[in-house]
Amino acid sequence: MIQEQAQQALSHAVHPGSNVFVRILEWLPLPEWVPGWVITLGGVVIGMSIFLAVMSVLVMFCVWLERKVSGHIQCRTGPMYAGGWHGWAQSIADGVKLLLKEDTIPNEADRTLFWIAPAIVLGSIFGAMVAMPLSYDWWFGRMDLGVFAILALSSTTTIGVVMAGWASNSKWSLYGAMREAAQVVAYEIPLGLSLLAPLFVLGTFSLNEASAMQSGWFGMKWAIFTNPFLIPAFMIYWIAALAETKRAPFDLPEAESELVAGFMTEYSGIRWSFFFFEEYAAMLLMSVLAAFFWFGGFESPLTGALRASGVEETSLLFSVVCFGTVMIKGFVGIFLMMWMRWTLPRVRIDQVMTMGYKYLTPLALFCVLGAACWEALQHLIFS
Amino acid sequence: MSNSTSDQALKAHEPSYSTEERRTLPSGEEEFFFDVKTSDLEVNMGPQHPATHGVMRVLIRCDGELVTGAQAHLGYLHRCAEKIGENVEWLQYLPYTDRYDYLAAMNNNLGYSMAVEALMPGFEVPRRATMLRTICVELNRIASHLVAYGTYGLDIGAITPFLYAFREREWIQSLFEKICGARLTYSYIRIGGVFNDAPPGWLTEVGHFCDVFEEKWKEYRDLLALNHIFIKRTAHVGVIPKDMAIDFGLTGPMLRGSGVDFDLRRDMPYMAYGEAHEAGAFDVPLGEGEKGELGDCWDRFSVRVQEMMESIKLVRWCLEVIEDGPIIGDVPKVLKVPPGEAYVGIENPRGELGHYVHSDGGKIAVRCRVRGPSFTNLSVIEELMVGTLLADSVAIIGSTDIVVGETDR
Repeated sequence: MIQEQAQQALSHAVHPGSNVFVRILEWLPLPEWVPGWVITLGGVVIGMSIFLAVMSVLVMFCVWLERKVSGHIQCRTGPMYAGGWHGWAQSIADGVKLLLKEDTIPNEADRTLFWIAPAIVLGSIFGAMVAMPLSYDWWFGRMDLGVFAILALSSTTTIGVVMAGWASNSKWSLYGAMREAAQVVAYEIPLGLSLLAPLFVLGTFSLNEASAMQSGWFGMKWAIFTNPFLIPAFMIYWIAALAETKRAPFDLPEAESELVAGFMTEYSGIRWSFFFFEEYAAMLLMSVLAAFFWFGGFESPLTGALRASGVEETSLLFSVVCFGTVMIKGFVGIFLMMWMRWTLPRVRIDQVMTMGYKYLTPLALFCVLGAACWEALQHLIFS
Repeated sequence: MSNSTSDQALKAHEPSYSTEERRTLPSGEEEFFFDVKTSDLEVNMGPQHPATHGVMRVLIRCDGELVTGAQAHLGYLHRCAEKIGENVEWLQYLPYTDRYDYLAAMNNNLGYSMAVEALMPGFEVPRRATMLRTICVELNRIASHLVAYGTYGLDIGAITPFLYAFREREWIQSLFEKICGARLTYSYIRIGGVFNDAPPGWLTEVGHFCDVFEEKWKEYRDLLALNHIFIKRTAHVGVIPKDMAIDFGLTGPMLRGSGVDFDLRRDMPYMAYGEAHEAGAFDVPLGEGEKGELGDCWDRFSVRVQEMMESIKLVRWCLEVIEDGPIIGDVPKVLKVPPGEAYVGIENPRGELGHYVHSDGGKIAVRCRVRGPSFTNLSVIEELMVGTLLADSVAIIGSTDIVVGETDR
């Protein structure tokens, strides 16, 4: 029965065809003599540019949202002037300011590494985002092992952070980098293990397919409602994701009251903003990943209704609804992260390590086992 | 190598022990021992560092995250306050007192004024002035403890409580603005009394503030002091046992946090405090080791939080007993203080603020010495920081609640 269900789900999850922008180029009346690889390459390049632009705008929105959320939590209003309506243009203004600022490199710094580090950080997080589909029909790199790609690429940012800390030749930066390395290594394990639980339930590594697997019950057959072990698994995932993205209460690598600004201490201008960007992009990625594997992905009662009324999954309307749904879910997660940041104090490095290795890892293993047993039990009873 | 500075620092502490040892076992096998040890790293925490609450420098030696040595360097904010006291007239020195502990300027004014008044035999401060002084000093204590509360939150990593604390502090500052026109450096308490009577409705507003603050206070306590992560970060950290606290000459919340029951307001009463204590208007909160050990950072923090409520009770008592009357005694414009010397210590938010003044009967003091509680309290951090983690050392500096303007004067 489960296999049938999977077959059914997959039939509408995996569309034939290619990158959405390649399809657009194919649709254009191009002359005959243009070779096929130009179209493919052009599609990829244009697609990536648009994708980066969309993601950058989303990240800038996150930055603005953080300032508004923190403002309202702290009885302030946050930015109010830039752009007119509730300071909507504040992020753009900040971006322009950061671009125009002097880009300083300390005398004794390792210039090459100092240059490369922000690029690695930003590149790997945007690389990870490629594996993230925006709807059933809109995607840029179809990956059957999407989760692996995201986890692998997003943890590459650590290399950039360690590089930045080392290359800065500042003791505070070095501390930040060392803390980052220790923390990420400790939390990579529970993060991966806690993701294994929904992977068991959904039976796929692909984000598109994971979402499709949750399409029953009028769009409410979310993984978290189908298996009780996914609830603690999500909690573990969330804590580990906070540690991965260096968000409070796990912001030790940049603990401003201890390490001045941690690994970013010596960075300024646009290079500094790359690290800043990475933090918000990682938040978005982690929240969206949670949405895909616990909270239904593209599925909501709205998509259920559309499906019931016979709207094609490849249609524009359906894609827009899918994109909106997953972004709303992602931003709920981001709001939660912000809420926690502006409420909780920071934990200490030994407490971070203890929690990661002693509690979260065994608990995550238990959740995986529990989820697997539950699935097996369901299979035995219902088949 | 690019990291030449840190290399030099490392070379300076080259380990003297061998890192590799070879031993031959009785069986003839060779065994290797690798003694992997890192050399210490010397880090300057400050003068510009968010955790030092101003311009103080703590040179710390670290083994990884572990602090193996600490040394505080002072003097970045030295402004010759005591020397100025020997060069300006008695009344002219008053504004300088505002500047040592700029978070509790009313208390500094009071300390100096009382020291000078002690040199004037038979001089009596009018009762209304005493009550106004008490109200202002206690409100200032609340404002100062609110900053301590907020900045300690910042040290631990919680940013929001700081802004909440500043909202209430803002109200106190506007109350002070109404009574004396200044928001930070008041110079309100003068030799002989206070310089201005409370404007109409001011006392009512103070009462209103007390009511509102009481509600907020509970919220703040629950938000930070009873937060689980906060307790985990501060309990069992920076423990000062009773005898150590006495040995280091700690005063104020630092001393009471270690469970030593000593408060100048109650034990050496001045102004109306004796009367207030008899009326049961305030208690002296002590550290009890409730969340960890007696005398840890949490206890000191908790004492400050509880003292805010005691100050509210004191202000309420003053509002009840205050009556109309003169606000300043008969003090000439050009004050000549009779010869003699006096030491008066008062309970500042940070501990005992002592003023020693020596007069030869002239218009200018011969000696004006200030005992700043922050300076004495700071002496303990070098002892406490050794053997803690880097994050703990920040928590320890924060828990001393120093004002660098006062350590250096």
